[in-house]
Amino acid sequence: MDADTPFTTGLGSDFWSGVRAALPLWLGITPYGLAFGLLGRTVGLSDAATQAMSLLVFAGSAQFLALGLIGGGASYLLIVLTTLVINLRHLLYAASLGPCLGKLPERWKPAVAFLLTDEAYAVTIDRFRRPGAMPSRAFYLGVGLAMYTDWNVSTALGLALGSLVPDPAALGLDFALPATFIGLLAPQLHSRAAWATLVVAGVAVLALSSLPGRLDVLTAIILAATAGWGVETWLRHS
Amino acid sequence: MAQAFLILAMAGVTFLTRYLLLALLGRWQLPQGLSRWLAHVPTAAFTVIVVRGTLAPQGQVDVDPHSPYLWGALAAGLVAWRSKNVLLTIAAGLAGLWLTRVLL
Repeated sequence: MDADTPFTTGLGSDFWSGVRAALPLWLGITPYGLAFGLLGRTVGLSDAATQAMSLLVFAGSAQFLALGLIGGGASYLLIVLTTLVINLRHLLYAASLGPCLGKLPERWKPAVAFLLTDEAYAVTIDRFRRPGAMPSRAFYLGVGLAMYTDWNVSTALGLALGSLVPDPAALGLDFALPATFIGLLAPQLHSRAAWATLVVAGVAVLALSSLPGRLDVLTAIILAATAGWGVETWLRHS
Repeated sequence: MAQAFLILAMAGVTFLTRYLLLALLGRWQLPQGLSRWLAHVPTAAFTVIVVRGTLAPQGQVDVDPHSPYLWGALAAGLVAWRSKNVLLTIAAGLAGLWLTRVLL
């Protein structure tokens, strides 16, 4: 079955076509999961805690940010708050994806919600925007479960590799994370508002670095998103 | 034990952000202004991670022209801008970092 077959051939094939649509993303996510598994230990997380985070939280950028905050000695309350703010973008995804999935029974909602990531959203919404596409929860679950499996298997592999690489920072592997985000940032910088967000985030996190308990991270994110929103609003009205 | 609480709390707030609007589907919509603000959060968060990882790799800000992290970030940024490919970007970043370590 090719990738363009519409979703009319039954639940099973929809599910597998979702899995297939997610496979190219494994290339991007696997190194990222490996790095996460490798780095957990460097900030003092137990192996079980590192894996549990991938199993239960399942949100790459929040998990990486949490590693940085744990390493920087932030309070757990601040880590949870920062996790909340960085994950607020899921509200956008849920609002946009929800109506595409048709009349969603209540019992499906927790599963649909748990698997909602940047990647699952992007792949599914892209498929739904094609002409002739029918809403299919099975397709979405295929994408979501493929991403979940890859994220957790690569975390586990990273943990296993970690016992072979006692000091990942000596190899520069702690830089894999910022390098990944440089790659993810590049396609986002398509507007003046996005550049304003970038500049304010960078300046603010440096200027505020003496704030106690790694409060700089959350404050810089809020200031920068507000700056981006402000520039966008201002450009609209002028 | 404390780590277990941290992870459960992170999982709880993350699930909430994913579930809330699905639960309220058809009954409540995100206000326009808020959704335009939220659209900028990923760029803000990614930049914070990059800047801290590059200019404060050990936690405290350390702007040093000989820093391998700085040169790694420049190499990664150049490749990201030209290729828009995440894997190539990571490779360029690590290569820049290792080269600087050997040369400087």
